[in-house]
Amino acid sequence: MIQIPLIFEQHKQGCRGFTYGPLDVPAAKSLDSKYCRAADARIPCLSELSVVRHYTNLSRLNFSVDTNFYPLGSCTMKYNPKFTERVAALEGFAQLHPLLPQLAGGGMLAQGSLEVLYETEKLLCEITGMDAFTLQPLAGAHGELTGVMLIAAYHKDKGSRRKYIIVPDSSHGTNPSSAAIAGYQVKVIPTGSDGYMDLEAYKKALDSEVAAVMLTCPDTLGIFNPQIKQIADLAHAAGALMYYDGANLNALLGKARPGDLGFDVVHINLHKTFATPHGGGGPGAGPVGVNKELIEFLPISRVIRRSDATFALDYNHPKSIGYIAPFYGNFGVILKAYAYILALGKEGLIQAAEIAVLNANYCQARLKKYYELPFEKTCMHECVFSASRQVKNGVHALDIAKYLIDQGYHPPTIYFPLIVKEALMIEPTETESKETLDAFIETMIRIAGLAEKEPSAVTASPVHMPIKRLDEVRAARQPDLRWKFQE
Amino acid sequence: MNVPGNLLYTKDHEWARIEGKTAYVGITDYAQHSLGDITFVDLPKAGEELKQSSFCATVESVKAASDVYAPLSGKVTGVNSKLAQNPELINQSPYDQGYFFMMEFSNEAEKAKLMDAPAYQKYVEGLAE
Amino acid sequence: MNYVAHTKEDIQQMLSAIGAKSIEELFKDIPASLRAKSFNLPPAKSEFAVTQALSRLADKNATGLVNFVGAGFYDHFIPAAVDALSSRSEFYTAYTPYQPECSQGWLQAIYEYQSLICELTGLDVSNASLYDGGTALFEAMMMALRHTGRNKVILDSGINLIYRTMLYTYSSNLSIEFVEIPVVHGQSSREELYKYLDERTAAVIFQNPNFFGAVDDHSDMVEKVHQCGALAIASVYPVSLGILKTPGEMGFDIATGEGQSLGIPLSFGGPYLGFMAARTALARQMPGRIVGATVDSDGKRGFVLTLQTREQHIRREKATSNICSNEALCALRAAIFVSLLGRQGLIELAEHNYQKAEFAKETLSRIPGVQVKRSSPTFNEFTILLPRHANEVVHRMIEKGFACGFPLGRFYKGMDNYLLIAVTEKRTKEEIRRLADSLEAVL
Repeated sequence: MIQIPLIFEQHKQGCRGFTYGPLDVPAAKSLDSKYCRAADARIPCLSELSVVRHYTNLSRLNFSVDTNFYPLGSCTMKYNPKFTERVAALEGFAQLHPLLPQLAGGGMLAQGSLEVLYETEKLLCEITGMDAFTLQPLAGAHGELTGVMLIAAYHKDKGSRRKYIIVPDSSHGTNPSSAAIAGYQVKVIPTGSDGYMDLEAYKKALDSEVAAVMLTCPDTLGIFNPQIKQIADLAHAAGALMYYDGANLNALLGKARPGDLGFDVVHINLHKTFATPHGGGGPGAGPVGVNKELIEFLPISRVIRRSDATFALDYNHPKSIGYIAPFYGNFGVILKAYAYILALGKEGLIQAAEIAVLNANYCQARLKKYYELPFEKTCMHECVFSASRQVKNGVHALDIAKYLIDQGYHPPTIYFPLIVKEALMIEPTETESKETLDAFIETMIRIAGLAEKEPSAVTASPVHMPIKRLDEVRAARQPDLRWKFQE
Repeated sequence: MNVPGNLLYTKDHEWARIEGKTAYVGITDYAQHSLGDITFVDLPKAGEELKQSSFCATVESVKAASDVYAPLSGKVTGVNSKLAQNPELINQSPYDQGYFFMMEFSNEAEKAKLMDAPAYQKYVEGLAE
Repeated sequence: MNYVAHTKEDIQQMLSAIGAKSIEELFKDIPASLRAKSFNLPPAKSEFAVTQALSRLADKNATGLVNFVGAGFYDHFIPAAVDALSSRSEFYTAYTPYQPECSQGWLQAIYEYQSLICELTGLDVSNASLYDGGTALFEAMMMALRHTGRNKVILDSGINLIYRTMLYTYSSNLSIEFVEIPVVHGQSSREELYKYLDERTAAVIFQNPNFFGAVDDHSDMVEKVHQCGALAIASVYPVSLGILKTPGEMGFDIATGEGQSLGIPLSFGGPYLGFMAARTALARQMPGRIVGATVDSDGKRGFVLTLQTREQHIRREKATSNICSNEALCALRAAIFVSLLGRQGLIELAEHNYQKAEFAKETLSRIPGVQVKRSSPTFNEFTILLPRHANEVVHRMIEKGFACGFPLGRFYKGMDNYLLIAVTEKRTKEEIRRLADSLEAVL
C-alpha cells in the first residue's frame, strides 16, 4: 500500500472545497486591522473530492470493530449498533442548542432531550444499584475526577480532612491520576500471590486519613474478588468511601451491582458497557452514580420530573460541587447508550454479560496450554496471560501483538496490568462469534509454536502493513508534532 | 556491566564522583540499561538546594519515567546542558559525558551512607534474581 | 435485540471446552449474598420500536426556532462531507491508536488536526484534543501552575461564566488564589490587571472575543504578564481566527477553546471538542495524547503517539493530567471541516459572521428603545440594552419563533435588561429583518 501524502502536501492554491456564496447583507466597514491577523492561516486548499478521497483513504488504514476482531482488554470493544448512530443524528436532538432550556420560557423547548437524560439516569440507577446519577462527566477519567471531588465534598461536609486515596497496584493509571488532580495523595496496595489485593497490607494502610478506596470490579486481571464486601466493610468502618471504577461493568450486568457490593460512588463508561463507539479515542461518557449520602453534592444542573410530567433543570443545590462540564454531558453519547439499553432490555443485558464471560473463559481455556496464565481462576469478561514462556525465545508481548496485526487482528492490551510481566489482556466481548474466536485462538496457538521454532518470524512482524515498526525513540527525542512549512 | 571503582553509589542507581567539595552526579550503567533508550531528562536548576535521597531529576524512555534522587545534600552548581539535545549520551557514556549535574555537597558524613563499587556490584547482582 | 451470534450448540461446545456445566457456573466467584438485589429493567424492544420512541422525543424538542443564541456555542453550517467522512466506521469504531501499524489513518489525521490548530492559533504545538473548552482551560491553568511553581491566577471576567465556574469547581481542593478583574466598556481593564499582577502570579487568563463578543488586542497586557514571569492564556473562538489576531501574534503562551464551531453539531451540549495549543517549551507540560511523526525501520514516514511519559497510563499520580478518552472523532470532524473550507473558506466564514452581526447591529439599533452597545468592536456577537427585563422579551420572542439571544442577567448582576445576540453565517438578511420587526412588536 502506498503512503498517503499529508493534506498540507496536497495544497493547491486556488482550489476550493467549500464556498459560502455571496454575502446577502451590505458590507460594513472591516474590523480595524489592529485586531486582525497579519497573515492568513496557512490552511491547505483542496477540492471537495480531494478532501473526501484523502480522509476516505486514511480511514482504510485503520483497524476498527467493523473491520477487525478487536480484543483489546479493558476497552470492551463490542459491536456498536448502527441504529444508535441514526437516532443521535435526528435533527431534533443534534440541532438543539444547550442553552435553550435555560432561557426564560425555554423550559418547554427541550422536553425530549431532558426526558432522555432523566430516563437514562433512572436506568443506570437500576443497573448499578445506586440512588442517583449525574450524566455530566465527559469520559471515564472525567467521571473518576468528578467522583473523587464528590468524595472530597462529602468529607469536608462532615468536617474531616482526609488526605489519602487507596488504589491497588493493578489499577488503571487514571485512578491514581484522578486522585492526585483532585488534591489527594495515593497509597498503593500490592496484589497478593493469589491475584487478589493483599488484605493485610490493605488493613495496615486503612486509617482515619483515608478518604476513599478506588477499585475496579472485576479487577484488571479479569477476576471477581469474593472478598469485595469485606474490603468495603473495612473501608466504611474506617470512615472511608468506596469508589467503583466501572471499566469492567460489562461482566456484571444483571449478576451483581456495585451498589449492592458496598460501593458509594460509581462511574460507568458508556463507550464500553453500553456500546457507544470509541471514536478513535473518544468521545466517551462517564456518568457517575452515588448513594443517598452523596446526592446533595452532585454537580449542577440536575434534571427533575415535575408533577405535571414535564422535565426541568434544577440548580438549587447549595452543597453541589458546581460545574464539571459546560452542560448536561456528552448528550449524543448518552442518547446512543439509552437507545442501546432500551433495545437490549433486561434479558439482553444479562445475556451480554453471560456471553462476554463465556467468550473470555473459552479463550482462556483454549490458550492456557500455550501461554502462561499467572492466576488460574475462572475469569470474568477478560483473561490475562503472560508471554513469559515466549520471552525465553526472545518473543515479547509486543512481538506477538505485531504478528497479530499482520494476521488482521487488533492485538490484545499488552503490558497492562503492570503487575503481570509481558501481559496479554484479551477481552473478546459478547458480540464476537465462536468462529471468530476459534480463528483468533488458532492464530495465537500458531504464534506460540513459531516462538518455539522460528522466533524471528514473529519478531520481524509486521511485514504486511503499510509501515513497519516505527522509531518511537526518535519520535520522543526529536518531537515532530506538526507540519512545518517550507515557505 | 560497568561499575567504575572511583565512584560512590546509591540503591536507586545514582552515582557520585567526588572531586574536592564537588560531586558529579549521574545514573549507573545498570540504570541506563534497564531504562533502555533514554529520550528526555529533566534536570534541577543551578542554585537549587538538594537533600540526600530527595527527588532531583526525572529520566525518561519511550514507555517509562523514573525519578532520580540526590546522592548527597548540597547545592547544584551546574548541569550537563548537552543532555537536553542529546539524551542518548546517558546510554552511551553514563559515567562521563552522560553525567546529570554537579553539586557542592554540604555534609561529608553522608558519604558513609553510599556504597563503594564492590558493594554496589554485589547489590546489583542480588537484584538480578 | 442483543447482537450476539451464538447458537445453543456454540454455547454447549464452548462450555465443554471450558469444562463448565453451565454459564451460571462461570459466575460462581460472585457469592449468592452479593448477587444483584434487583434488575428491574424494561423488556427488549425492536430497533423499529426504539427508533420510533426516540424520534417522538426528538420531535418534542424545539429546533425550528430561528437561533440568535450563542454564548460560546454556535449554530454554524456543517458541510455534508464532514458527516459523511466522520461516519466511516473505520474511524468511529476504532479505539485510541495505541498500535501504530494498524492505526496510521487515525494517527495521520490527528497529526494534521494538530497542525491545523497550530495554524489557526499561531502557536507551535497542539495536543490531540481535550473534552471541551472549559476543561481545556482548566488544563491550561494547571500547566501554568506547574510551569511557574506559583499559585495565583488572574481571570478576566469576560471569560464565559460557565468556564470560570468550572475552574472554581475543579480547584475547590487545590490551594489556588483567584483574582477576577472587571470588564470595562466591553474590554479587559488594564488598570485593574496591573494592580493585581505580581511575582506570585502563575497565569493570567483572557477570552477573545470575550463573553460579550468584544474583540481586543491583548498584546500590551501579555507583555506585562511575561515581565512578571507568569504565563498568558487565551480562550478563543476558532471561527473568529479566520480574521482575528491570533493568540500567537499577541504573545500568548497557551491557547485553548471550544472547537464545536468547527463542524460539530450543537447536540444539546456535547460531545464537543476542547482544543489546546502552546509554545514549544510547554510541550512536555501538555495534557493528553500527542501524535508525532517519525520513520519506520525502512525509513518511511509514519505517525505514533509520543511524549507518552506525560500521561496517566505511564506516570500515574504524577501525570500531567488524568485524561484518557478524549474527543478524537470531534477533532477529526474539525480537521475535515477546516480542510474543506481551506484558506479562503475560513476567511469567508469569519467575514460572513462579522458582516452579518454588523448588519444586525445596524438593523436593531433602529428599533426605538433598543440601544446597541458599541464601546468596543465585536466579532459575531454583541449586546443590546432593552427597555425591559430581557427575560420577558426572550419569552415573548420564543412565541414568535425566535431564540433571540441570551439574557445576560442570568450570568451578570445588574445586567437584567441586556441581551447577548449571536449572528452566524446561517442567519439570512431576511431572518435578521424579521428578528428586528418581531422585537419591535414585542417591546
